Amino acid sequence: MSDYEVVIGLEVHAQLLTRSKMFCGCPADYLDAEPNANTCPVCLGLPGVLPTINEQAIDFTVRTALALQCDIPGFTKFDRKNYFYPDLPKGYQISQYDLPLSVNGHLEFPVNGESVRCGVTRVHLEEDTGTMHHAGDVLQSATSSLVDLNRCGVPLMEIVGEPDLRTPEAAREYLVRLRQILTYIGVNDGNLEQGSFRCDANISLRPRGDTELGVKVEVKNMNSFRAVQRALESEIERQTAVLEAGGTLVQETRGWVEAHGRTISQRSKEQAHDYRYFPEPDLPPLRLDSAFVERVRATLPELPEARAARFQSQYGLTAYDAAVLTDTRESADTYEALVTAGVPAKLAANWQSGDVAALANEHRLPLPQSGLGIAGLASLLRLVDGGAINGPTAKELLVELYVSGGDPEALVRERGLAQVSDASALTALVDAAIAANPAAAADFRAGKQQALGQLMRAVKDATGGKADMPLVNRLLRDRLSGQ
Amino acid sequence: MSSTASTITELAAALRNGSTTPRALLDETLAHLERTDKHLNAYLSVTRDLAFQQADAAAKLLADHPERASPLCGIPMALKDVLCVDGVETTAASRILKGFKPPYTGTAVQRLFDAGAVCVGKTNCDEFAMGSSTENSAFGSVGNPWDVGRVPGGSSGGSAATVAAGTVPYSLGSDTGGSIRQPAALTGIVGFKPTYGRVSRYGLIAFASSLDQIGPFTRSVEDCATVYAAIAGHDPRDSTCDPRAVDDPLSTLRRGVDGMRLGVPREYLGEGTEPGVRAAVEAALKVLEAQGATLHEVSLPSTDVALSVYYVIAPAECSSNLARYDGVRFGNRVERPSLTDMYQQTRDAGFGSEVKRRVMLGTYALSSGYYDAYYRQAQKVRTLVGQEFDTVFQEVDAIVSPTSPSVAFPMGSRSDPLSMYMCDVVTLPANLAGIPGMSVPCGFVDGLPVGLQVLAPRFADARVFQVAHAYEQATAWHLSQSPFATEAA
Repeated sequence: MSDYEVVIGLEVHAQLLTRSKMFCGCPADYLDAEPNANTCPVCLGLPGVLPTINEQAIDFTVRTALALQCDIPGFTKFDRKNYFYPDLPKGYQISQYDLPLSVNGHLEFPVNGESVRCGVTRVHLEEDTGTMHHAGDVLQSATSSLVDLNRCGVPLMEIVGEPDLRTPEAAREYLVRLRQILTYIGVNDGNLEQGSFRCDANISLRPRGDTELGVKVEVKNMNSFRAVQRALESEIERQTAVLEAGGTLVQETRGWVEAHGRTISQRSKEQAHDYRYFPEPDLPPLRLDSAFVERVRATLPELPEARAARFQSQYGLTAYDAAVLTDTRESADTYEALVTAGVPAKLAANWQSGDVAALANEHRLPLPQSGLGIAGLASLLRLVDGGAINGPTAKELLVELYVSGGDPEALVRERGLAQVSDASALTALVDAAIAANPAAAADFRAGKQQALGQLMRAVKDATGGKADMPLVNRLLRDRLSGQ
Repeated sequence: MSSTASTITELAAALRNGSTTPRALLDETLAHLERTDKHLNAYLSVTRDLAFQQADAAAKLLADHPERASPLCGIPMALKDVLCVDGVETTAASRILKGFKPPYTGTAVQRLFDAGAVCVGKTNCDEFAMGSSTENSAFGSVGNPWDVGRVPGGSSGGSAATVAAGTVPYSLGSDTGGSIRQPAALTGIVGFKPTYGRVSRYGLIAFASSLDQIGPFTRSVEDCATVYAAIAGHDPRDSTCDPRAVDDPLSTLRRGVDGMRLGVPREYLGEGTEPGVRAAVEAALKVLEAQGATLHEVSLPSTDVALSVYYVIAPAECSSNLARYDGVRFGNRVERPSLTDMYQQTRDAGFGSEVKRRVMLGTYALSSGYYDAYYRQAQKVRTLVGQEFDTVFQEVDAIVSPTSPSVAFPMGSRSDPLSMYMCDVVTLPANLAGIPGMSVPCGFVDGLPVGLQVLAPRFADARVFQVAHAYEQATAWHLSQSPFATEAA
């Protein structure tokens, strides 16, 4: 079997979280509206209307470009991409052709412990199309088709990646990292399923060592990270088989069919559109001066990679903890709010990525929006840190207060939940426990470590669960070793 | 006071001294329209209800707050059928848009409505403003009020004809390559194409977006300034509309041309110019000279290629602008089981031959492999055309020339598209350069009007009015009335 090198380049379309559409004042939120409710003469493409540029969309795209280390050429223009389809009411999409908003960026990320760098050719701005609902599988065979233009004109950013990726896994990681950055900087909600973050992949194979690229296949219709990885794996298998059998590949567009786990041909090179791009005469070119670019740069938050590095150095966290906590901007912000509120760094990290994460997941309710809130959790964890309550008590309170909320300190006072950490009082209870459980004591003395559990439970029960358990552990060991 | 063949200035005064009312003006206008339009076919629709409603509102404003009423308040007018009016059928003289009622009103039109204008109807034109004779309308040709067997020019032929017929004192048209100035010349009235970006295009059904501009037809230069002042100025709905303040053309109207340097491009009086037109324009130049202007022969060497450039750029933009007429959402649809057949047959049945010709020309010019040779090359020459004007305007304050190489020609006499395209040879360079231009009456050849074109640098629109007004006031051509206008109301 020959050895082939896989070459993958990804194109991502990401909707921008602007309030209004790209070229008119209609709300950009198309999911919750009645079909065709969020439309106006402009996005309906009625005769005589003209587009006007949404400045927020320019801002967001520049923000993205800066986060991806792109150059902002300062002179950019919009172009028309002409083709007929019922979801495109003007018969052309306003996009950018030869002078995009930004060029020449890159993204670096680890794959299996190795750093991968993928170039970003360009980030440009365009408008989304409407959506169609066919009475049938596809438009061609449908008995009727309904057009909903709510999505039509929603600002859409296209992020074109260089063919620098060599494995489906790296492709997946690129997308994960890109999505993380877009959501971090607040320009996109990263929803693959609903299509606010969409990916097309270009993939070709070439004999290892060759410098020329092989025949390129574009794969579409992948609506999860897993689908991207699987589609690419399936394409590699298919293309390898064709080449192994001495066949030749054709340049084409293929669609991923999730149910069958394979791609099917959609369009050959000969059927490709001639989009007849030309400069959009309704929109004058844009000049983005350096002052504007710097103003946008100033609004960029600390990006996940930098933040994780800082979490390690500033808070002494492990690389793993830092990565988990900085996974989303909200999570990282929550963590820093806890630390600022006086919770020790390591304690905050353990609780946030452990019990709190589990509860947030269970209730589908992130901490900042929960009844307890960041302030409530900080107050609870300060009680733990100061030794006022023990871990198990804190966990019980966390579960109780997470949704409903409440003041942990007041509850501890009211219910007398304060931790028993008086060594002399505990010593008496330890002695009583040993006396009441002679078999366990004997087992421990004989080297059976697990026997200690029974004795610890006895002391814990005797304090109504309020004992300082690390102290109990120490006292038991001292006593049983005969000191 | 009769509304027929009066100017805005006269009617505004009559409305204020009580000798007429908006309702009376409207009644007379509609009566005149009804009597004349069976001969002219200048109107595609008459907006009687809207007109009465607007006339009553105007009457109320004139009675309650005369000091707030614009000079246009209560005065009837007409709109080329490429201008969208909320709820009023707007067809662009195309079968594909028959029955289309826009749910909105365009900016320039809204500004006139806000000023109290009374819209009596939508005027006939070449389909999607493509043509120079109004013979490309899907709804019949328009007669020239000076000779109904001849064309009124185009594409805004209906808007020109109704003013020349004396039905309304003003109308709006659109000018992409001469579509206001040329019909104004051929019907003996004033027509103005503003600087590109002075009047919002929002609500103008696009033919070629980088060339289209809305402008007025009137019976006097002063009226033209009044209408232009009402429609010009920044509009946030049109990004190509310039935000700078508009110079008031009325305040400089009467300054004359004494000491002004006027350029006469030798290329604009070339072989194709009819001798009678040449004689009328040369006489007009002498009049301007007598007013104190100095004449200077100038050269615009790219004039001969400007026509070719125009017929690449305008069709390219039109091929894209007209893609939305696909039968899916509005206008006419030819029902067919397959989407592609529906698209093809809707467009085949909906568009006339000139529109199809330009869509095909433009599609070809933008196609992969031909773009560099046609569209890109045309854009480069377009830049050159603009630079030549810049150079000339460093030497002269304005340019004067014939508006059209010929007077109104008989209907059906120019069946060859190329000979029709030649009509615009001296008007379309101004569209390529984005500069303002006006046609003002300057004589007759065998009873048919001749127009003098005045061009000025971009944003020097007020200077165009100043030159044209000086000429108009020194002559009596603008007082000549077509047979339709002299008919008693």
